[in-house]
Amino acid sequence: MSLQLAVDIGWGWTLALKTVLVLAVVPLAALVLGYTFLLKMMSHMQSRLGPMDPGGFHGWFQLVGDGIKFLQKEDVMPAEADRRVFALAPAVVVVSTFLVFVVLPTGPKLVVENLDVGVFYALAVSSLSVVGVLMAGWASANKFALLGALRAAAQLIAYELPLLLAVVGVVVQAGSMSLQTIVTAQQRGSIFGWHGIGFPFILTQFIGFFLFLIASQAELTQTPFDMPVAESELVAGYMVEYTGFRFLFFFIGEFGTAFAFAALAATLFLGGWSVPWVHGAAADVLGIPVLFAKLMLVAFLMFWVRFTYPRLREDQLQSLAWKFLIPIGLANILLTGIFKVAF
Amino acid sequence: MPKKKLPGLVEGLGVTFRTMLKGAVTVQYPHEREDPAPRARGVIALKEENCTVCMLCGRSCPDWCIYIEGHKEKRPPRREGGRERTVSILDRFDIDYALCMYCGICVEVCPFDALFWSPEYEYSEMSIAKLLHDKDKLGEWMESVPEPEPLEIGAEVKGKK
Amino acid sequence: MSTTDIPRVPGIEVDPRDLRHLADAQINVELDTGDMILNLGPQHPATHGTLRLVVRLDGERVIAADPVIGYMHRGYEKLTEFRTYPQITTLVNRIDWLSSFANEVPFIHAAELLMGIEAPPRAVWIRTILTELSRIATFYLFLGEMGLQLGALTPAFWGFRDREHVLNLIEAATGGRFHPNFNRIGGLKDDFPWGWAAEARTAMKAIFDGCDDFEDILIGNEIFEARTRGIGIVPAEIGAAYGMSGSNLRASGVDWDLRRDGRPYLAYPELDYKVWTHPDGDSFSRYWVRLQETRESARMVLQLLDGLPSGPIMAKVPRIIKVPEGEAWVETENPLGQMGYYVISKGATGPFRVKIRSASFSNVSILPWLLRGVYVPDVITILASLYFILGDIDR
Repeated sequence: MSLQLAVDIGWGWTLALKTVLVLAVVPLAALVLGYTFLLKMMSHMQSRLGPMDPGGFHGWFQLVGDGIKFLQKEDVMPAEADRRVFALAPAVVVVSTFLVFVVLPTGPKLVVENLDVGVFYALAVSSLSVVGVLMAGWASANKFALLGALRAAAQLIAYELPLLLAVVGVVVQAGSMSLQTIVTAQQRGSIFGWHGIGFPFILTQFIGFFLFLIASQAELTQTPFDMPVAESELVAGYMVEYTGFRFLFFFIGEFGTAFAFAALAATLFLGGWSVPWVHGAAADVLGIPVLFAKLMLVAFLMFWVRFTYPRLREDQLQSLAWKFLIPIGLANILLTGIFKVAF
Repeated sequence: MPKKKLPGLVEGLGVTFRTMLKGAVTVQYPHEREDPAPRARGVIALKEENCTVCMLCGRSCPDWCIYIEGHKEKRPPRREGGRERTVSILDRFDIDYALCMYCGICVEVCPFDALFWSPEYEYSEMSIAKLLHDKDKLGEWMESVPEPEPLEIGAEVKGKK
Repeated sequence: MSTTDIPRVPGIEVDPRDLRHLADAQINVELDTGDMILNLGPQHPATHGTLRLVVRLDGERVIAADPVIGYMHRGYEKLTEFRTYPQITTLVNRIDWLSSFANEVPFIHAAELLMGIEAPPRAVWIRTILTELSRIATFYLFLGEMGLQLGALTPAFWGFRDREHVLNLIEAATGGRFHPNFNRIGGLKDDFPWGWAAEARTAMKAIFDGCDDFEDILIGNEIFEARTRGIGIVPAEIGAAYGMSGSNLRASGVDWDLRRDGRPYLAYPELDYKVWTHPDGDSFSRYWVRLQETRESARMVLQLLDGLPSGPIMAKVPRIIKVPEGEAWVETENPLGQMGYYVISKGATGPFRVKIRSASFSNVSILPWLLRGVYVPDVITILASLYFILGDIDR
């Protein structure tokens, strides 16, 4: 069931409302994630405080101020850059982020569009960002950007497969690709007859969860897979020539996608918006904070790993994907299939 | 190295987690300040009455950032029938802190104890020209010069220079 | 002073002329044939300053590399021609700015050799303490920033955090955190303030804890090992022939430390310490050796504090120091490697000529040989593990 409002305002206005909702939520999501993890958690892990002054209370205004700052900056384009491609690249990356949010369910009736191929759609659309990255790297007319873009293309394509294979196990177990169905399956499930916490798929799909986390870390080009944006080598890699609001798009794209992947992981493995004994309208109200809490937990794991480990070299991460993660993913699907048929 | 119990990847995560819980070590300047050591070389203060315009400090500065001008005046003799005394009067004593390397050779070399170190460091200016401190400003820094501190055990306690 | 009795590295008998063909990595830009020429330019986060590394790449593999130095040349040797010894002591702090005290020591030694003055024992021991503290400061920064070059953001901050203890100690004693300017011909400028030894002991405890943290987060980390093991292997003979020194050479298995094997200087003959070596010559061993040396330096500081003799800190020197005619060569084990000063004096208040042999200059000369055939990320790892300071290369 898609978003249904108490008052029927016609499909045009509903469409407009949904668009505005997605457009507003994504930067907000990026902001919250960026502030909590990048500015505060990273700082505390590094024995420092992070921003404290902007906004008075522990610097909550820092990223908003950064956004405003980026918006008012001069639009600089390298002289040799391909102008149209250079301008379009951040848009492609950001649009792919927006499109993922369309299928994320936050309540039994709170989802922008409950597609029957929800999972398939989400993963397919998130891989559009590879095109944007390649465009950015090539159009920048900068050798470092090109190196970064080529590394990114190889890496992102390589890690699409473990991402997909991790999710297939969940799909097999839930019997549907629709995210809403997966959540309700977890809510209504039971562990050996006990309905206490429903049946979050992480209990049986822990390999899938592990794979999903690693693969999404690589899809987001976060350490230990951040060769494309290796700060100490390529200084932001494919994004190096981008300033001002174009860089803001990349930033929103990166953290928005992190939010989306964390939400996907929470939905697929931890039960999403569902609390087992709450149904109906109360679930709508409770859905958003519950989903938020679960995805913050997943995001904590992702960012914890990001701030601790050094980065893998490109050939090492490729061999990790092809020789290690994909066989494990395939084995996971096999086991899930066997168990699904047997029990 | 003692044998590790957990794989290195997990140990690393544990270290960052523990550090996160331990709290920050940073000091929120300018709301809180950490005082530098009393010997810290912050700014040079001038005690004008001790200066005899011998120019040793200006000559020994590696950067030549001390500008001294003085002139000689005659003073009446101390006793009846004595010779007139000549006194050196300090006209100009500027230290250009834009050039100063904070090495301390001038303070050390002064034979009359006219220059002192002070740990005061908050004197940055918006324009470089204001970093040239004249002798009145250098005299003001004398207030922040700390008392000489006692030395560690085992140091030879000599008579004051 | 004669220069014929310079101690030589035992067991290494390679004639550098035999190795000339290995260094022919000159890049002729006009003939570039379609491989990519990348300027790891003077401004780059990985090059520790203004080092320009022109690499010719085939995809991600380096075919040839050519370091271009000189962007930070400040003309030290020319500056010393017109300055007096105390002024040069100030300037010399800034050659290797991370371990400034260690730069002053060989220069002052050379001047003291020419004058025939010996510093009193307390001054010698305090000099040793401060030299080992500056070694800890430098290596601690290395332990943090090598993680940063490899992508681990967090250890870099811990490096700076614990280094503050050492810098505060140096500031309490000398007045300057980075540039102590504390050595004088004949001894030191001043003695320690009251309570310094107790603070130093606390600081060393923090250093030990910090080293354990680094061991947990980096040395044990499988990703770190995958990035550094087998990368940038320097065989002992090649390293010695190129003039590499210090921890880099010890990481290739050469048991050579000027504190123990060179002409005796400072209080090292009376100390009990271990010289750490590692048989592989790769980046991991360079990191490992420096970690152990940091701990060793902390142990040495504790030993020195326990045995610090009492007494004066300055020998009897005339007011205006005129160093008699002569030449002196003093080399010491600086944190970055082997640093030496050749001082020629003609009897004036300042030297006639000072030739500075800096460690990083020779350490960097191995880059054309070492970087052939490595990947671009490995270039960063190798640069980080060799640990040079641009001020030391360019002077």
